Amino acid sequence: MTAEVVIFVLMGLTALGGAITVVMARNPVYSGLGLLGTMLSLAVIYVSQLAHFVAAIQVIVYAGAVMTLFLFVIMMIGVDVAEDTSENLPRQRVVVGVLAAATVGFAIYLGVSHGFAWVPAASGDPAAEATNGTVQAIGEELFRTWVLAFEVTALLLTVAAAGAIALAYFRRGRTVRE
Amino acid sequence: MTDWYMLLAAALFAIGAMGILVRRNALVMFMCVELMLNAVNLTLVSAGRALETLDGQLATFFVLVVAAAEVVIGLAIIVAIFRYRETASVDELSELKG
Repeated sequence: MTAEVVIFVLMGLTALGGAITVVMARNPVYSGLGLLGTMLSLAVIYVSQLAHFVAAIQVIVYAGAVMTLFLFVIMMIGVDVAEDTSENLPRQRVVVGVLAAATVGFAIYLGVSHGFAWVPAASGDPAAEATNGTVQAIGEELFRTWVLAFEVTALLLTVAAAGAIALAYFRRGRTVRE
Repeated sequence: MTDWYMLLAAALFAIGAMGILVRRNALVMFMCVELMLNAVNLTLVSAGRALETLDGQLATFFVLVVAAAEVVIGLAIIVAIFRYRETASVDELSELKG
């Protein structure tokens, strides 16, 4: 049993546990912390897959910035409002649970018992030097092949920031200014 | 090994989709969207590794940037709705009238 398998089992279980916490927890704060656990587990998995840069931004951007923003808004909106647990659609939870289980079950059926090739060209152990996602390797690729997409990303973030300010600034029928 | 990463990603995605369909709290639904995005990121990184290319990790980078922009706008909308209606439950927001 290699180290990668051990890391995969441990971190996969915590990721699944966190994901189930997100869906099941009554309190949104617990949901947020479950999501945080999932993100950090995935960051560890990325490290074991030699995706160092992705692991770093997973921790900094997702676990750091995004989850902080989430927890901030949860605290602002208030956590004491109990969620209505009645079902408007009959047996909604059961049907959804069965659908989710069927999806995963079909994936396991394909992958384990039929040897379905998820990635067509996958062959044995990948060469480490080809997939070693250091900051330098990612940066060279990002600013050569993907430079246009990177520029568009800057535009997207600018529009998003301006949009968020506009949403906070203008109220119905009047502006905050008056 | 790639198969197992794909199965983990499929399970995470299914749990996230289940949360979208079951939960009413807009914030929790939004977290489930993030969970599904994370599952797809895991797929991209694993497939890129199996194919011996860095493209999967670069695609993950862009997914992450779009997710960050989406969180900013989405949470701003949720806060704006909360200021008008004093609720974050999507059931009580079922009418389009403001």
